[in-house]
Amino acid sequence: MSSIAFRLQHRYAPYVFVAPFVVLFLVFTLYPLIKSIMLSFYITNGPKSQIFVGLDNFRFLWSDPAFHKAVWNTSFYAACSVFLQLPLSLGLALLLNSKMVKGRDFFRFSFFSPHLVGQVFVAVLFSVIFIPKFGLLNRVLHTIFGTAIDTKWLGNPELVMPALVLTSLWMYVGFNMIYFLAALQSVDRELYEAAQVDGAGPIKQFVHVTLPGIRSVAVFVAVLSTIGSFQLFELPYVMLGNTAGPDDAGLTVVMYLFQNGFVAGDLGYASAIGWTLTMGVLVISLIQMRLTGTWKRKD
Amino acid sequence: MSSAKIILYTALAFCTVLMLTPLVWLIAATIKGPDDLFHYLFFSPPSRFSLYNFKQLFSQIPYVRFMINSFFVAGASALVQLIFSSLGGFALAKYEFKGKRPIMVLMLTTMMIPAQVMLAPMYELIYMMGLVDSYLGLIIPGAVSVFGMFLFRQSMLDLPDDLLQAGRIDGCTELRLYWNIVLPVQRPMIGAFSLIAFMASWNNFLWPQIVLHSQERFTLPIGLNQMVGLYAQDYGALMAGTFLAVMPVVLLFFLLQKEFISGLTAGAVKG
Repeated sequence: MSSIAFRLQHRYAPYVFVAPFVVLFLVFTLYPLIKSIMLSFYITNGPKSQIFVGLDNFRFLWSDPAFHKAVWNTSFYAACSVFLQLPLSLGLALLLNSKMVKGRDFFRFSFFSPHLVGQVFVAVLFSVIFIPKFGLLNRVLHTIFGTAIDTKWLGNPELVMPALVLTSLWMYVGFNMIYFLAALQSVDRELYEAAQVDGAGPIKQFVHVTLPGIRSVAVFVAVLSTIGSFQLFELPYVMLGNTAGPDDAGLTVVMYLFQNGFVAGDLGYASAIGWTLTMGVLVISLIQMRLTGTWKRKD
Repeated sequence: MSSAKIILYTALAFCTVLMLTPLVWLIAATIKGPDDLFHYLFFSPPSRFSLYNFKQLFSQIPYVRFMINSFFVAGASALVQLIFSSLGGFALAKYEFKGKRPIMVLMLTTMMIPAQVMLAPMYELIYMMGLVDSYLGLIIPGAVSVFGMFLFRQSMLDLPDDLLQAGRIDGCTELRLYWNIVLPVQRPMIGAFSLIAFMASWNNFLWPQIVLHSQERFTLPIGLNQMVGLYAQDYGALMAGTFLAVMPVVLLFFLLQKEFISGLTAGAVKG
């Protein structure tokens, strides 16, 4: 190879290496993003018929009771993920991080194992676990607490969301625990020893050493869980037999987007829902980072 | 044994039981006969074990076909993503070039945007390209993983520059450096990322549900979801199908467990 060619391939190699990302970004991210902004100003019925309606899609969305329901359900689910599931994950990680524990690998694997089952398969499994009279959950609860054996978890509008939250707890508690456990193990041991010398008890140590030590990971996990929760779709859609459940009790934002765009065929309204979702998620993530001080540090 | 230890192990044992019960129940359900499924809470006596559910499963839907499809799509996706993401990560970790910063900002932004907002125009694109109802329609849009690029960038930062420079003096082209020097030392990260990418594609539902139309091309999640609608009452066959769909991922995980956990947490803790 001539020395000029050799120098050229050296100079242009990085551009070639990142080219696949750049091309795919332009075609499958940037273009769809711009196109979906445009689509959101139209009412569409398949790719052929499009009527420009300006901001009407967003106005209609603002007063659409089904969309309100979807936002409420999704927000409830997201709140449970952050305020119920993450503390439990941290609790499990603290238990496993204890010096006294033997067989840590076994426990870690059994807590993590539900995550190996994909959302759709979890949904199928739990749709059977939740059935009245014969389902595992009702039989176990009936035996231990004497609750009704025919509780319709997925047929009673008030129980659909709790059933979904319960399922997601099972799926994700152990998964998020992995992050907390890694964070806990990276906290400097000497800090604990210093705190002990200063006479700090376990609670003071937790507040002043552990929490600051795992803060950045905790924020990372909280933001990721929030973004993930707002995209909830497969779990309720498959569990409720491809419906939104009784009284739309399991309707989520993405499910509503899917119904409008790909069942009813109005890609315009679906895009408006998508952009509302995107803005909501961005705002909430920024607030989370601001509240926890991550945002300021980066400025 | 101290009382603290007893409390600790009781709590751990309790959580383990909660986590494993649904999985044990699933395994038990697959090998129970039709009359025993709900008669016994967990396992029936071994003498009553039966393969009835699997026979039902294979006679009701083209399950083996779905599984082959899933293996093909997930394997091809993982391989393509592995190559492009590690190349991209290599460029970001070991080269200085114009546009590097903007690219990393774009990557971060992409991670914050819910993919569903692009669903409608993506479908139009796939339609225009004639890729509806094809596996290329599943593989191409996701051919580069931004998460993977970050993962590889992170682990390649530690690679000594002298090593690369020595290779260049010996006349290696940049592509040879990547193939002969960089990739071999990235084996743990390759294992971790392949598993993550394979799992994501294996479990993917929404996009395949939109792109795939004919039953002979369905992947497992789509096929199984369809089965819920058609054979809602045959819970035994449904559980057998779920069990078989989960097993490949579990086996892969056991092979790559160490790499997987470290790959998962590498970005979060170091970065």
